[in-house]
Amino acid sequence: MTPKLSQFVNCRILRNHKFIKEDIWVRDGKIVNPEKIFFDEKIQADIVIDCKGLAIAPGFIELQINGGYGYDFRFVTEQRKSWSYFLLPNFSYFSTRCVSHSFTKNKTKKWRYKWCHNTRCTCRRAFYQPRKEGAHPAECILDYEKGISAIENLYGSLENIKLITLAPEFNNSAQVIRSLTEKGIVVSLGHSTANLSQGEAAVNNGATFITHLFNAMLPFHHRDPGLVGLLASDNIPKNKSVYFGIIADNIHTHPAALRIAYRVHPNGLVLVTDAVSAHGLTEGTHKIGQMNVEIRDKKAYVAGTNTLCGSIATMIECVQLFVKSTGCTPEYALEAASLHPAQALGIEKTKGTLNFGADC
Amino acid sequence: MRLVILDSSDLVSEWAAKYVMRRINYFKPGPDKYFVLGLPTGGTPYGMYQKLIEYYKAGKVSFKYVKTFNMDEYVNLPRDHPESYHYYMWNNFFKHIDIDPKNVHILDGNAPDLVAECNNYEKKIADAGGVELFIGGIGPDGHIAFNEPGSSLVSRTRVKTLAQDTLEANARFFDNNINKVPKQALTVGVGTVMDAEEVMILITGTHKAFALYKAVEEGVNHMWTVSAFQQHPHTLMICDEDATLELRVKTVKYFKALSGVHQKLIEEDTSLEKYRTIH
Repeated sequence: MTPKLSQFVNCRILRNHKFIKEDIWVRDGKIVNPEKIFFDEKIQADIVIDCKGLAIAPGFIELQINGGYGYDFRFVTEQRKSWSYFLLPNFSYFSTRCVSHSFTKNKTKKWRYKWCHNTRCTCRRAFYQPRKEGAHPAECILDYEKGISAIENLYGSLENIKLITLAPEFNNSAQVIRSLTEKGIVVSLGHSTANLSQGEAAVNNGATFITHLFNAMLPFHHRDPGLVGLLASDNIPKNKSVYFGIIADNIHTHPAALRIAYRVHPNGLVLVTDAVSAHGLTEGTHKIGQMNVEIRDKKAYVAGTNTLCGSIATMIECVQLFVKSTGCTPEYALEAASLHPAQALGIEKTKGTLNFGADC
Repeated sequence: MRLVILDSSDLVSEWAAKYVMRRINYFKPGPDKYFVLGLPTGGTPYGMYQKLIEYYKAGKVSFKYVKTFNMDEYVNLPRDHPESYHYYMWNNFFKHIDIDPKNVHILDGNAPDLVAECNNYEKKIADAGGVELFIGGIGPDGHIAFNEPGSSLVSRTRVKTLAQDTLEANARFFDNNINKVPKQALTVGVGTVMDAEEVMILITGTHKAFALYKAVEEGVNHMWTVSAFQQHPHTLMICDEDATLELRVKTVKYFKALSGVHQKLIEEDTSLEKYRTIH
């Protein structure tokens, strides 16, 4: 049986950086070119869906998320259901970050084989600067002085790994970054005290991403702007774009910092939520693992206190807040959550756009 | 011949679109009775297509049982090139309406055997029962479709080498580079259009004024191919004031005096057939 041809009519779609009034035609999970269907196949749509004037944007791509709906990806082993729950509201595709602690090697493997065949994961265990470990316990921070083998020893096969964050200021970083890049893994810089020239060296060796800009790195200094300076560096190849994740929940990054990043390097900006397992839960108190978490005013607190316990913003909230904070167009903010992360992963031919041939 | 003179090019678009809608609806097309429409491309008919899309979206007309035949297409121009007439028709008309792609016909300028393509096109028109209403525009040199000056007035669908004037005029659509303009086109012949039950020609703008004068006030002449339609029993020329600048005052006054009769053709609640036969 030939797959059904669907036509979404009466909608505005985000294509090539702007909203246009255009129908979307979909067949067999792909966006198809209706002109070719009209003149070559000479057939009409099997299903016509009236969008009643709504806008259609590409599905969001999340590059940094730790859990949601009460599930913590660190502990997900058997609850396969959690994935489908998670996929429902927002995303067309997402990379999951496995946070460092609590992962034994075995668990990592199990997790990867079980869940990664249809998604890709971002692994952030370990190769950080101990002084910038953030929420990651010190005993889980490793170094890669022994080269790529240190990473393979930790994760086993790197086959399903799409992105690894590491601190580039250690010995052997050039070799490690090159080896990872050759395997098609995106090397992201972060949790680091690297100065700008160390960052530039890493980019010249193949790194193309910066993990949650401004967070867990040296603050901007005018004589050595550190990793933040990569946004305006002239010591990296002209044709190379460095992408950076940024948490636009107005809590983890000040709106003025968002504006600076946006104005300096708009094409590299990738919105991430860095959301924790409380993401997606309703207002009130929830028990997550051993901890009582209270959701109040769209923020997650350790129950009964005013201590924040991670980001729970949804991607659409980040998009809205980013528009409000920077005055950018909605088109730009939506692409910062779809096209830009797809470009950062090198998958923009099939993800992050509504172009012909893209997945749907 | 009827010459309908309207105040502006927008009114020409609206008049033409209303007439097409009226003709289709009056015809009452159905699965066993298709309305066959001949279609042009270019700047002049663009507004008419816009209006027809508007009427379709308002539920006033359907193209479900309409067959279309386009006048012409460039040779060796990719179908998705913005200047190709496939591209024009898809983007400006077909993708917005309910026409069945099986009923759409446009000459294929990339066909392996262009002569066979042209002969086949004539056959498809005949198989469809002939064209009920052929709509056309004209060039400043009075050509209809790509029937350039000197084309036989009994010509059929064929490969046509384009005149130097046409290449120069079209260069602006091809990066101002005359070498990029296709040198040949496939086009229906003057005779092909003459065979239609009715022909409606849209002429707007001062740059077409001389061609309109040649079409209306001078004799039939293959150097101004549109003049052939003086000999068609049902020709409608729809023009704006600008296009009448080269006509005699007498001619303009004569046709304007008939505007009351012309207006009946697009008024609802009148018998279209009755007013089509009163000249």
